[in-house]
Amino acid sequence: MATATPSEIRVGAHHEPHLGFLRSYVFSVDHKVIAKQYLGLSLFMALLGGAAAYLIRWQLAWPETYVPGWGYVEPQQYNAIITMHGTIMIFFVAMPFVLGAFGNFLIPLMVGADDMAFPRLNMMSFWTLFVGSAVLIASFFVPAGPAAGGWTAYAPLSARPIYTGVTWGQNLWLIAVAIEFASFLMGGINFLTTALNMRVPGMTLWRLPMLVWTELIAAVLFMLSVGPLIAGAFMLLLDRIAGTSFFVPDKGGDPLLWQHLFWFFGHPEVYVVGLPGFGIMMEIIPVFSRKPLYGYKTIVWGMIAAGVLSFVVWAHHMFVSGIDPRLATPFSITTILISVPFAIIVFSLLVTLWGGKIELTSAMLFAVGGLATFIIGGVTGIFLGSAGLDVYLHGTYFVVAHFHYTLMPLAIFGGFAGLYFWFPKMFGRMMNETLGRIHFLATFICFNCVFIPLFLAGVAGNPRRIYEMSSYDFLKPAQPLHVIATIATLGLLAGQIPFIINFFMSLVRGRKAERNPWHANTLEWCTDSPPPHGNFSQPMVVYRDPYEYGNPDAPKDWMAQNEPPAAPAPLGGGQIRRTGTR
Amino acid sequence: MLTWLPQNVSTFGGDVDHLFHIIYYITGVWFVAAELFLFYCLVRFHKSRQAQPLYARGESSSQAAWVLVPVLVVLMLDLGIDKIGGDVWHRIKLELPPAGDQVHVTGKQFNWEFTYPGPDGKFGTADDQTIENELHVPVGTVVRFELSSKDVIHSFFVPALRLKQDAMPGRTIKGWFEATQPGTYEIACAELCGFGHYGMHGVLTVHTAADYQRWVQSTWGAAKAAAK
Amino acid sequence: MGASAHAPTAVAAVNDDAFKDIARGRIAVWWFLASEIMVFGGFITCYVLFRYAHGGWEDAARHVNWKLGAVNTVVLLTSSLTMILAHHAVKVGDKQGVKTFLGLTIALGLTFLVIKGFEYHAEFAEGFTPLSGLFWSFYFLMTGLHGLHLLVGIIINLSLLVMALRGTIWACGDRVELGGLYWHFVDVVWIFLFPLLYLT
Ligand SMILES: [Cu+2]
Ligand SMILES: [Cu+2]
Repeated sequence: MATATPSEIRVGAHHEPHLGFLRSYVFSVDHKVIAKQYLGLSLFMALLGGAAAYLIRWQLAWPETYVPGWGYVEPQQYNAIITMHGTIMIFFVAMPFVLGAFGNFLIPLMVGADDMAFPRLNMMSFWTLFVGSAVLIASFFVPAGPAAGGWTAYAPLSARPIYTGVTWGQNLWLIAVAIEFASFLMGGINFLTTALNMRVPGMTLWRLPMLVWTELIAAVLFMLSVGPLIAGAFMLLLDRIAGTSFFVPDKGGDPLLWQHLFWFFGHPEVYVVGLPGFGIMMEIIPVFSRKPLYGYKTIVWGMIAAGVLSFVVWAHHMFVSGIDPRLATPFSITTILISVPFAIIVFSLLVTLWGGKIELTSAMLFAVGGLATFIIGGVTGIFLGSAGLDVYLHGTYFVVAHFHYTLMPLAIFGGFAGLYFWFPKMFGRMMNETLGRIHFLATFICFNCVFIPLFLAGVAGNPRRIYEMSSYDFLKPAQPLHVIATIATLGLLAGQIPFIINFFMSLVRGRKAERNPWHANTLEWCTDSPPPHGNFSQPMVVYRDPYEYGNPDAPKDWMAQNEPPAAPAPLGGGQIRRTGTR
Repeated sequence: MLTWLPQNVSTFGGDVDHLFHIIYYITGVWFVAAELFLFYCLVRFHKSRQAQPLYARGESSSQAAWVLVPVLVVLMLDLGIDKIGGDVWHRIKLELPPAGDQVHVTGKQFNWEFTYPGPDGKFGTADDQTIENELHVPVGTVVRFELSSKDVIHSFFVPALRLKQDAMPGRTIKGWFEATQPGTYEIACAELCGFGHYGMHGVLTVHTAADYQRWVQSTWGAAKAAAK
Repeated sequence: MGASAHAPTAVAAVNDDAFKDIARGRIAVWWFLASEIMVFGGFITCYVLFRYAHGGWEDAARHVNWKLGAVNTVVLLTSSLTMILAHHAVKVGDKQGVKTFLGLTIALGLTFLVIKGFEYHAEFAEGFTPLSGLFWSFYFLMTGLHGLHLLVGIIINLSLLVMALRGTIWACGDRVELGGLYWHFVDVVWIFLFPLLYLT
């Protein structure tokens, strides 16, 4: 299990290994290469998910018209497209983006390690996810088409091919998602072990950068919540292919059980994707405010509380599903109480801005833009968490708008913020700030113009997952809202073009990045951009917490974590010895 | 935002709308305050106006209070919302007022079946009538329904009544409503149930008392209806 | 000013961080087992909820052979003991003991599977299949998955035995401990399954 190479040997010894193309770039065990692979995979899958969004929105604004570049969308196709959009965006875009790419790249660098604890397992995690993505994409091409039961795959719709007409599409969907779960469970082993065991001397838990904390909490939440759903996926697959009746009532099964299993995972999953997005914001906002993160420990405890609470709220997705109505009251209370830890996180970030010296770089714009939009997602959660009101809003576009307003600010705005911020470290070159700001403005404005109208459509009672609503008289007023949302979606998609240009242009032509272009404190900025194989040329020692910005007593307005204090501590050589080598 | 709500025609719909208003204004104040604070910070403390940032770590209790006191207010408001929302939920889903009229609602791909007990008021007798996609009820009468499904999950959604309840195969779920205004209102399915989900469209007709009698007569015939 | 910035003991103070003393392999195996516990926990919770909600499973449950199940429980418990003894033998450097006890553990694991095979055979002969009702679905699913886990455990132990025979096991002795953690986990799962499936 333990890797045979002790890190002492690898640190500092820069024998850049000649591994050949395959071992250096494809089956690499270097966490930085793997992170970039995750990044590439998630951006590629985002193109698929974005294309699905385009088809969905076009159909909703101008029902049953010719969609440029595709053709007509049929009802069955529509259901398949919404299913794939959700599945791809959550499991194959958001997770590889904020966990796979940033977690892999930053955890070892931020704790001062030369790599993940189990590099080969890390490689396997990525390639497992790759297989999962391939299986999901393969499901597009099987007879009867891909899964069409929604990303929640509610039984019995998903449990018997006869109900949707989908045969292997749904089976492959289950297999792909199960493989994805396995991949991130393996990834979690590395997150936890690296963050706990490979910290350099001085890097106490209370000096961990917030990003590491959030990735750690996310990995643990994922591990603790996904097991029952893996069991459920197994049972659902047996229902489909062997003919058992776990979730079908004809032989005593229960469809509600699937919903319990799904949402016991589903709610924590939101935080799995969301918390690392917050982690990215919490790294960036202090840097560009030149202020310490306000109330570090309060935030950590807040996030842990949110994580614990997330395990006792799942039935808020099921208020009107036929559970015992008496259960709704306790679940409603716990759900609304979740606003308390998130208020801690949001208020702390807001107060961090107060009195700062704010520089609105692209990274900072995406971070504060994500924060500003997340607030909408946060407050609208109260509407849905209140069982009495959920009777009306459940299953409408209000829900759609709400979860896009929580996941997109954290995973996508946060992820973009992280990319603009760490791109110099990842690729050794700076991104273009002008294009970055254009990208931000387009994304921010269009995003809000997509989903504010959808809140209103939800208030008007517009059910989601409706192929076209022209037959409903009461939805006539909502139709213009869908047109606005669709035009804004086109803008949102077009708004990503500056990013794509910027990304590839900066890769080859960007200004060479120095070690620490943002004057930031965390350890990844104390090595070359990009970091060499083995990350650091000498062993790191940490002397302070990661957010020592703008201290009036300090010689300059930032104090890197590894910068020795003014009065040097008497350091014995033995203390610099790297630990955690077993 | 609130003007987008469709007309309300049920006795408990007003409570739902009231709850909506309360949460809307409470969260609206917080939302506006937070966004204004954020925007003010970005403008006022932009580096062009700020030479030396304020150094505050937020760790001492007096500094942490700047976060924790607002959080405490959030907590109190949460509990208030819990209380009000809990009462509304209780009224809609937990109290079953005595029935004035009964109907069985069955979802199937892709229709609503409404089964009426007929003039004898009993289900399972010869005069039961099942009508697809048409629900007829008298105004000002408590209607008790029993909801079930023949295949997959559907969701019985009547926006004008502020009523939604999933129809779960293998279960029978009881509920009620009382319409306050005559007219026709639309019924939708609010849970994805297959390729025809979007067309699973019913109509609720709320009759005046006299009108309802006429409908009963035309459906069951004058003689049988008179027996009621 | 952060107290840490001027604290000369900053480095020394943090090396007694408890987490860093845990071997990496052990964290990894515990993580794996925790996720496995959540999976089996999911199955078991579903089973218990169903059984609680629907009556009439007693008739089906009467057809499983609790005597063979009990024998198997003893077999697995004994195998956990031999696994512990194998680990102990590694610790004290007893070369012969490692081989003996690993071999015994493997043999007991195989015994379990053989007995389980006879049970399955008898049940199929009586006409009970995974499609004969929810109880049987759960029964075959959970015992089948448990059997697969046991098979994986046997393969792990076989590879450890090969290493012991070649003498390479002494270089990485904690592998027997890690393999043992997994073995005990499989054993504990059975301790839950046996009463739930056979005795109620
Ligand atoms: Cu939730
Ligand atoms: Cu339906």
